[in-house]
Amino acid sequence: MINLFKIKDKKNQDAGNANGRPPLKKQSAGELRLHKDITELNLPSTTTISFPNGKDDLMNFEISIRPDEGYHMGGTFIFTFQVPPSYPHEPPKVKCKTKVYHPNIDLEGNVCLNILREDWKPVLNINTIIYGLSHLFTQPNHEDPLNHDAATVLRDNPRLFETNARRAMSGGYVGQVYFPRCI
Amino acid sequence: MEDSSAEPERWRDLDMLLARPGNIVSAGFDPSPQLRREIGEFARVLVVGAGGLGCELLKDLALSGFRNIDVIDMDTIEVSNLNRQFLFRLRDVGKSKAEVAAKRVMERVSGVNITPHFCRIEDMEIEFYNDFNIIVLGLDSIEARSYINSVACSFLEYDSEDNPIPETVKPMVDGGTEGFKGHARVILPGTTPCFECNIWLFPPQVKFPLCTLAETPRTPAHCIEYAHLIKWDEVHSGKTFDPDDPEHMQWVYLEAVKRAELFGITGVTYSLTQGVVKNIIPAIASTNAIISAACALEALKIVSGCSKSLSNYMMYNGVKGTHIKVTDFVREKDCIVCGPGTLIELDISVTLSQFIETLGQHPKLLILKPSVTHRGNNLYMQSPPILEQMTRLNLPLPLYELMGKVPRDALHVSGTAESSGKKTSSLMKLRVVFRGPAEIDTAASI
Repeated sequence: MINLFKIKDKKNQDAGNANGRPPLKKQSAGELRLHKDITELNLPSTTTISFPNGKDDLMNFEISIRPDEGYHMGGTFIFTFQVPPSYPHEPPKVKCKTKVYHPNIDLEGNVCLNILREDWKPVLNINTIIYGLSHLFTQPNHEDPLNHDAATVLRDNPRLFETNARRAMSGGYVGQVYFPRCI
Repeated sequence: MEDSSAEPERWRDLDMLLARPGNIVSAGFDPSPQLRREIGEFARVLVVGAGGLGCELLKDLALSGFRNIDVIDMDTIEVSNLNRQFLFRLRDVGKSKAEVAAKRVMERVSGVNITPHFCRIEDMEIEFYNDFNIIVLGLDSIEARSYINSVACSFLEYDSEDNPIPETVKPMVDGGTEGFKGHARVILPGTTPCFECNIWLFPPQVKFPLCTLAETPRTPAHCIEYAHLIKWDEVHSGKTFDPDDPEHMQWVYLEAVKRAELFGITGVTYSLTQGVVKNIIPAIASTNAIISAACALEALKIVSGCSKSLSNYMMYNGVKGTHIKVTDFVREKDCIVCGPGTLIELDISVTLSQFIETLGQHPKLLILKPSVTHRGNNLYMQSPPILEQMTRLNLPLPLYELMGKVPRDALHVSGTAESSGKKTSSLMKLRVVFRGPAEIDTAASI
C-alpha cells in the first residue's frame, strides 16, 4: 500500500525539489533493442547503411543495396526503414525508394517479403531483414508477385526479364513505365 | 466540503471496507472512519484514456472515494462511442473526451475534482506523471502502455542492495478489453513484472502477405487491405492515408468494393472497412464495466491497504459463460526497463573511453566492445563505422558531462558479454553514481 502519512508529510514539505534529475527524455525499450541490433549489424559487402537524421535517431535509416549478381547487378537500390516504438513486437516498415523492375517490389516501393509482415517474429532483427532484401535480388520470385507484369515476364521469358531489368536500371521505359537511372 | 453528511448512503459500503479490520488486509492497513476522507484529500490518481474503459474508471474511482483525479486523452468524441462511453451525449460529438468526461463525473459526484488534459500522453512533461500516487490505464494500444510503463519505471530507484526504494515506486493498474475478453493487472515497478517484462504475452497482429492482397484475395478483409495498403499509394502518391478522415475511409471502402466485385467476393461494408483498417474490435459495454470495476478496486486497495493486491494479472473471458483466472507473473530479472541494472560508481573525471574500458573488467559485466546510450543520446557506437565516426569525438570527454552533470542516472550498454567462455550479445542497464556530490555542487557553481 501507499503510505498516506508519507504523502501528507510530502505535501507539507516544499513540493519543488527536483531531486537532481536531468530534463528527462524517454528511450523506449524498442529503441534500446534497436540500439543493440544496429551495433550488431553484420552487413553483406553489397550493402551500406546511413542515418539521415544523425546519430541519435536510429529509428529511421536507409539501407543501400548494390547487388553483385543476378538480374539487378550493378544497380543501387535504397530502402527506407521506419522502426515503430513497439519494435520488436512489430516489424519495421520498409519501402524501396528506388523505382525498380522486380516481381516482388511494386512501383510504389512496397516490398513483398514474408518476414516484414505475416512471418515477423520478435526474435528476428534488422540484420535478418537486410539479408532478406538482398535475397530478393539474388532470387526474385515470380510465385509471390507484387508487380504482376514483371513476374509474368520472369516466369515466361527470363531473357526478356533480364533485358527489361537492365533497361530500367539504365534509365528508360519498360512498357508504359519510366524508371529513373540507378546504375 | 465534507459531503458524507449530504450523501451518507453513497459512502456506507466504502466506509465499512475502510473502517473495519480484516484478515486479508495489507500489512500496515490502518482502518479508521477518517480513511476515506484522507484518501480523498491526499491521494492523486491519473487515469490514462477517457474512452470505453476510461469513462467507467472515472465513475468508479470517483465513487470509491478518490477526489483528486486527472484524466488524459487526445481523442474527440465520435458517434460510434455513444453506445458504451456513457458519459457522452450526441451533442458532445467532436469535443474532447477528457474534458467532457471530467465535467460529467464532477456534476454527478460532489466533492470530486477531475482535471482533464486534452493532449497526447507524450506531450506532458515526464515530471507531470511523477505527481501522482497511482496511474490507472484504460488504453487500447501496446505503444501507449509501453510508454506510460517506461515513464513510471523511470522514477524507480534502487538502494545499494538492489531493493526498490518505496518512495520512488509508481504503482500502475492496467485494464484492457477486447470484445468479450479483458484483463486487469497490477504493476508495482521493482516488485511485480512491468509491462515490458511480459510484453511477449501479446499475440502479434494478424497481417496478410502483400502478395496475397495483390494477387489472390480471398476474403473481404483482403480487398480492404489491398485498397488501404497498395491502391491508396498508387493513386495518391506521397499523401499519407489518415484513418480518421471520413473521405479517406470512404475512398478505401469504394475501392475495396470494386476489388471485391472483380474477384467475386461478397461482404465488404463500410463498417468492416473501418474495422479492418483501424483494427477495431467490437467493444462490449459490460466487459468494460467488469474490468474497470476490478481496476478501480485494485487502485483503492493499493492506496488504502484495505485488502491484499491482485497478484498480479487477472484474465476475464466472457465468450462462453464467465471464466476468470488470476496468474502471478514473474519479473524479468534483467528487464532493461524496471530492473535495477548494475550499480557502478565513478569519479566525475572519468572519460567515456575510460568508462568503456572499465566495463570490460567489471566482474559483474565483462562486456566487450560496448556501445553506450543515455536517454536517447548515443554516446558511443562501436559499429557500424558510420556511427562510430559520428560518436568518436565523445570518447575523450568526461562521462559526467556527457550525461548532463547529474549525480546519478541510468545508462544502457550493448556489446558482447563473456561468461564461462561463451560469448553472447547482450543489452544491459547500468546505474551510474558519480562520487562526491559535494564537490559536484561546487564544480557546478564555479
